[in-house]
Amino acid sequence: MKWSEFFVTGEPLIYAADVAIVLTMVGIVFVLTYFKKWKWIWNEWLTTVDHKKIGVMYIICAVLMLFRGGVDALLMRAQLTAPNMNFLDAQHYNEIFTTHGTIMILFMAMPFIIGLMNIVVPLQIGARDVAFPYLNALSFWLFFFGAMLFNISFVIGGSPDAGWTAYFPLAGNEFSPGVGNNYYAVSLQISGIGTLMTGINFLVTILKMRAPGMTLMRMPMFTWTILITCVLIVFAFPVLTVALALMTFDRLFDTQFFTMANGGMSMLWANLFWIWGHPEVYIVILPAFGIFSEIVSTFAQKRLFGYKAMVYSIVGIAFLSFIVWVHHFFTMGAGPEVNSVFSITTMAVAIPTGVKIFNWLFTLRKGKIRFTTAMLWSLAFIPNFVIGGVTGVMLAMAAADYQYHNSYFLIAHFHYVLIAGVVFACFAGLHYWYPKMFGHMLNERLGKWTFWLFMIGFNVCFFPMYFLGLMGMTRRMYTYSDGLGWTPLNVVATVGAVLMGIGFIVLCYNIYYSARYGERDMTGDPWNGRTLEWATASPPVHYNFPVTPIVDDLDAYWVMKKKQGGFQVKEEELKPIHMPSNSGRPFWISVAFFVAGFGLVFKWFALAIAGALFIVLGLILRSFENDDGYHIGVDEIKRTERAARKGA
Amino acid sequence: MGTNGHHESFPWKHLIGFVLSLLLTFAALWVALSSGLPLKAVIVVIVLFAMIQASLQLFMFMHVAESDSGKVQTFNMVYSFFIAVVVVAGSVWVMQFVL
Amino acid sequence: MGEAVHRYDETMPLEYRTEENRLNILGFWIFLGAEVVLFATLFATYLVLFQRTGSGPTAQELFQVKDVLIETLLLLTSSFTCGLAIFEMRRGRLAGLLAWLLVTLLLGIGFITFEVREFIHYVHEGATMQTSAFLSSFFVLVGTHGAHVSLGIGWMIFIIIQLLQRGLTVKTARKVFIVSLYWHFLDVVWIFIFTLVYLLGMVV
Ligand code: HEM
Ligand SMILES: [Cu+2]
Repeated sequence: MKWSEFFVTGEPLIYAADVAIVLTMVGIVFVLTYFKKWKWIWNEWLTTVDHKKIGVMYIICAVLMLFRGGVDALLMRAQLTAPNMNFLDAQHYNEIFTTHGTIMILFMAMPFIIGLMNIVVPLQIGARDVAFPYLNALSFWLFFFGAMLFNISFVIGGSPDAGWTAYFPLAGNEFSPGVGNNYYAVSLQISGIGTLMTGINFLVTILKMRAPGMTLMRMPMFTWTILITCVLIVFAFPVLTVALALMTFDRLFDTQFFTMANGGMSMLWANLFWIWGHPEVYIVILPAFGIFSEIVSTFAQKRLFGYKAMVYSIVGIAFLSFIVWVHHFFTMGAGPEVNSVFSITTMAVAIPTGVKIFNWLFTLRKGKIRFTTAMLWSLAFIPNFVIGGVTGVMLAMAAADYQYHNSYFLIAHFHYVLIAGVVFACFAGLHYWYPKMFGHMLNERLGKWTFWLFMIGFNVCFFPMYFLGLMGMTRRMYTYSDGLGWTPLNVVATVGAVLMGIGFIVLCYNIYYSARYGERDMTGDPWNGRTLEWATASPPVHYNFPVTPIVDDLDAYWVMKKKQGGFQVKEEELKPIHMPSNSGRPFWISVAFFVAGFGLVFKWFALAIAGALFIVLGLILRSFENDDGYHIGVDEIKRTERAARKGA
Repeated sequence: MGTNGHHESFPWKHLIGFVLSLLLTFAALWVALSSGLPLKAVIVVIVLFAMIQASLQLFMFMHVAESDSGKVQTFNMVYSFFIAVVVVAGSVWVMQFVL
Repeated sequence: MGEAVHRYDETMPLEYRTEENRLNILGFWIFLGAEVVLFATLFATYLVLFQRTGSGPTAQELFQVKDVLIETLLLLTSSFTCGLAIFEMRRGRLAGLLAWLLVTLLLGIGFITFEVREFIHYVHEGATMQTSAFLSSFFVLVGTHGAHVSLGIGWMIFIIIQLLQRGLTVKTARKVFIVSLYWHFLDVVWIFIFTLVYLLGMVV
């Protein structure tokens, strides 16, 4: 292979990106060396098994990916602003909507949610860490290197261009001969393995490590949603694993799963993809519901209305979300029986979702509402999400879907659920838990600016798309001709996208500004919270709780504050605390995955095998390891606690 | 929850499980190849036999219901089999329209 | 559940005695749940595709009862002997445990040998993974199972080494128990391969 084929060439945008990447790398190396931070970054971050630090790293990656996906989005909007534009050509447009969709869902929404759950869940249930801290680190690094592998496709070898759904036969060798879709298959595989392990890890953590007295029905709502999300992860991700493996076989070894000759069935891909894909959308939306529940009840200063109904509806979703997948391809031709059944199950999913809307509304009713930034995001979520949900039910009617399918109506629908649901929740959760993560608040004024810019921009951008869809504009078209009457609404949409972009910039500035000037949180409980994470210092000490809290009601910390004036720790009760040791192995095993993956992408099988051998070596070393962690003595706990609680 | 119980001196449970598995295997073979039943019936019977044999493994060999997580473990297995049936039967049903 | 976790019970089998062990075992069970779905997806693929033979041979032309039966009996017996290994472990007998693990290992290797021979035979007949959708899905389903068994063999060898080095401890007991779960599970999968791939293939 020639160098000119290896590196992507010929586009000014790409050259600019090359330069930017090289400069960033040089910059990072320079800063780390100049400030003598190599040791620090290795000991404190790359080898950490602390759930809070892992969570922070997830969120940093998610924000970076939001940037990358957002730039993709703005490029697409720029191209579509006016008819017959030549800003992007067809091929380039294909690549950009593919990477945009894939990145936003798998490398932005997923890690954002997983980051928040890493930080919050162990604290909410009164645990010292997750069940398998080492595995947790491995999960993160697999996600990280999977994402890296996907992102380098942009400059090395070429991006995937068959859409984030990668339908066959388009994604097969015949129509996508380059390495782009190999990147898709391999990098999603690597990060998917990480996600699966996260699911198992948190399932065990939540089931077995709750503080004494915290029965299932006393669990905070966010923890409940994570529990069910993990069930979905554990039972849905293996389907993706297999689908991607079959895709890899087809592309690398010329098997006949999804081909068009020798019995292959391209539509089977769509079937497998969506068996995973529909639960996947609930994997990102359920935690969002959990985040909103926490925030609404905190800032309405009331217990969540209808806790039990909420729990049952979430459990119902865990079940229903596995039996609706065909609604993503009603138009494929499966016939009236199949379509009717899945049409009905799909409408049934809307019921438990509707229940929850009423829960939030009734929680708000007669509450003493505090309009913080986190609360604004949560309040805005309700009407916006309802718009997304109602249009979803319109799409669920199989016959009607023949009209809406693959039009901008669909684009508007899933952005109304994904942005108004998931992205709003991520921002809300970020503002809400930020003091817990970093010990200082995000500035509220700037936060509200972000909120209004982004929320208004979102509606300006996507609401017109419903009408564009009804006017016949189809999804994934890279340009359109004059005289169709689509131009005005497209201009409006682009304006909205720019507003969202500005909102994002304000958010980034807020992070910088607050780090320098933000109000420090000395209490550990800046919002007058209800759940146990607010019983710890901000940021929590690395063992979280000096003694395990005892829970005797829902809203454990709220009740504690009412009964005992807070979380009381008697120094006599302290016992040595057992903690897991750091390890560099998760990091280098994931590097080996990256190397092996890269080898597969380019069919350099020697490299792939070398990587695989290192993976196996890592597993063997782990098996023979005899490390039981370490203990923190009582004296050290006393010292740490005094220092951490000075301000309280 | 029956993790320890009495220390039996002979692995009766395992032996019974093994013998039953062998019987089911040969029975399935016979039903499929020499019973002369109609195809639909053959399929139903052999799938049923497979399910019984799988449960034998789970309960007699793997002790799925033991330990203080026995309920979770059992539920986990039942749910995964439910999803398995949805995926297999669902896919076959949905994809049958393709010739 | 949450309350009972710190119980330490001398009468429990070794593998359940520490909190860490109990978490690991539960985690592994959940992993097996994921594996069930993984294999279910492969079965779904196979069952959708197995009559789509293109220009290649059909299942009926290919499969041989004798080979399949030998493989089935080897694996089934190995699952039984693996159970005996755990039985010995719970009676605290290291020698018995090691002996039965070794037998299990040999039976497993026997199974893999026969399977590889079967695959080679098919390839010689011109039935490769690239021939048709039926064969792609056959090789990937049965091959994934075979890869799992091979992995299990390697894993078991390392655990035997650890048993020899460290004796029967709370930790090694847990590892043996978990690998035994894995091994039994692979037999569960094989039962369905035997039924849905081979038997079905020979009658449809
Ligand atoms: C920053 C604001 C965003 C804008 C302006 C935007 C815009 C777009 C546009 C123009 C398309 C392509 C439509 C087409 O030609 O088919 C698209 C597709 C898509 N977007 Fe977004 N988007 C944004 C944020 C998001 C977020 C946050 C998510 C997910 C959480 C997301 C998920 C998707 C998906 C899954 C697709 C479909 C990709 C495909 O067709 O393969 N987007 N978006
Ligand atoms: Cu769906």
